[in-house]
Amino acid sequence: MKDMNMDIAPEKKSYIDLNVVQKKMSARILLNKIVNYLFLLSTLFGLIVLVILLYRVVADSIGWLNIDFLTNKLSTSPDRAGIVGAIIGTVWLMIIVGPVTMVLGIGTAIYLEEYAKKGRFHSFIQTNITNLAGVPSIVFGLLGLTIFVRVFGFGSSIIAGGLTMSLLVLPIVVVSAQEAIRSVPQFLREASYGMGATKWQTIKNVVLPSALPGVLTGMILALSRAIGETAPLVVIGIPALLIPIPGSLFDSFTVLPMQIYYWTIDSVLVDEYAHLAAATILVLLTVLFVMNSVAIIIRNKFQKRY
Amino acid sequence: MCALTITARKSTKANAPLASDTENTEKNIVMNTRALNLWYGENHALKNINLPMLENDVTAIIGPSGCGKSTYIKTLNRMVELVPNVRISGEILYRDRNIFDKTYLVEELRTRVGMVFQKPNPFPKSIFDNVAYGPKIHGIRDKKILKEIVEKSLRGAAIWEEVKDRLNENAYGLSGGQQQRLCIARCLAIEPDVILMDEPTSALDPKSTLKVEELIQELKEKYSIIIVTHNMQQAARISDKTAFFLNGEVIEYDNTDLIFSTPNDKRTEDYITGRFG
Repeated sequence: MKDMNMDIAPEKKSYIDLNVVQKKMSARILLNKIVNYLFLLSTLFGLIVLVILLYRVVADSIGWLNIDFLTNKLSTSPDRAGIVGAIIGTVWLMIIVGPVTMVLGIGTAIYLEEYAKKGRFHSFIQTNITNLAGVPSIVFGLLGLTIFVRVFGFGSSIIAGGLTMSLLVLPIVVVSAQEAIRSVPQFLREASYGMGATKWQTIKNVVLPSALPGVLTGMILALSRAIGETAPLVVIGIPALLIPIPGSLFDSFTVLPMQIYYWTIDSVLVDEYAHLAAATILVLLTVLFVMNSVAIIIRNKFQKRY
Repeated sequence: MCALTITARKSTKANAPLASDTENTEKNIVMNTRALNLWYGENHALKNINLPMLENDVTAIIGPSGCGKSTYIKTLNRMVELVPNVRISGEILYRDRNIFDKTYLVEELRTRVGMVFQKPNPFPKSIFDNVAYGPKIHGIRDKKILKEIVEKSLRGAAIWEEVKDRLNENAYGLSGGQQQRLCIARCLAIEPDVILMDEPTSALDPKSTLKVEELIQELKEKYSIIIVTHNMQQAARISDKTAFFLNGEVIEYDNTDLIFSTPNDKRTEDYITGRFG
């Protein structure tokens, strides 16, 4: 230690040669600029593809997307075809998926976060819920086909599709509700317990009201996933051409992405179907965009409260 | 009188402290801790605690960080059981009933033994709803009765005049000191017998601290108060009895004036004179 101090301090020896620094400086700055643009390019890539897609969709649907298109029933003749059936089918689907996932999802989240003892059983369930979120949607379709369509005998009905879709998005609701419940500060629970409240009173009056924005955000994201999902419905056998509008839970139905799927396939037969598909995509994207925006607004509004 | 007290004190062992003042013998014991041990997993956090606490006293618990004083006060209303892997032996008698008894529900205990926390923790609700929370969960629905309880509790916590015109505003709009008095009002609303306070002024400015201290002096007329404090001047100012905790043990427990003037144990003296802690 002493020797080093003696060496350096009196002579003020410098390890950094300013000439070398000068010489290498331009290369360093150039490299910095290059990587800057590379990263910008990779960011733009996805964005540009999205813009191209949107442009195509909008261009293709001009002249086809109008009030009649939204209110007409399905028809083999492109001029008279509309998507009111698919819109109502999508609403029916939400009527099942919303309440079912809310009750099951929030119930599961409350149990895991508030009631279950943390231990091996708890982490086993937790791991499986996380795994479930990663299961391909077509597998859920097979599950729905086996249980709801065949065993329960619901056929390719709204209730079979809705329950299948509920299973698919349930992990999303559970995980986001868990996060929301976990983010409720412990001191609020303590305040409630400290006054002699039971666990359920604390959950109902303190935890859930505070967790509600997070839970709602998760619910909306789950619903928007369910609206856009196609594969499980293909598996459970949604008809390609369905003209009657569904009136009850046990009716056959179709949804927007299914309509897009069949029109796109059939566009080799009838050219105009491509335009109908594009117009439907625009409707679906608009709905999803609005839902996700609402979720983001709710999240931002309630983010910092404590 | 003085000589008598000192001889009495000399016979008092640190682990089996007894009330020595003749005046105090007239008061009933409200919470009596007997041979209490507590473990967090393998960590022996409270070691053979024996503390009889008297009715309508302010009992201060002092000691350095990590000495177990917060753990101890949370044991008195069994809040400590929210921590996983807690193991407890011994007993705490609240008015001669063991709070660890299987038939003693925590919900029942906590309506008799209320708690005010270190950080003000009002609910993100209106001032009125904060105070009405306790009565509501215990089944009071009548709006008129709730109003009466809210006013009485807020008056009891010396905050009524400040908030009477804004009862429907969110409690988060209050200052820290007001929030803490609101939390005291919320605690009073369940009409407790004992009030536990876990460093209630540590998050407050000196002016708010003074207000809370004055409030404690008023509250002891009606309630028995057990207060954990980091602040020795505070303990000296407001308490009747003081227990000094160190490493999970009660080193000394006696009348506050004696603890601060002539402590029996060298470690107590070192702590209150600021030599460690």
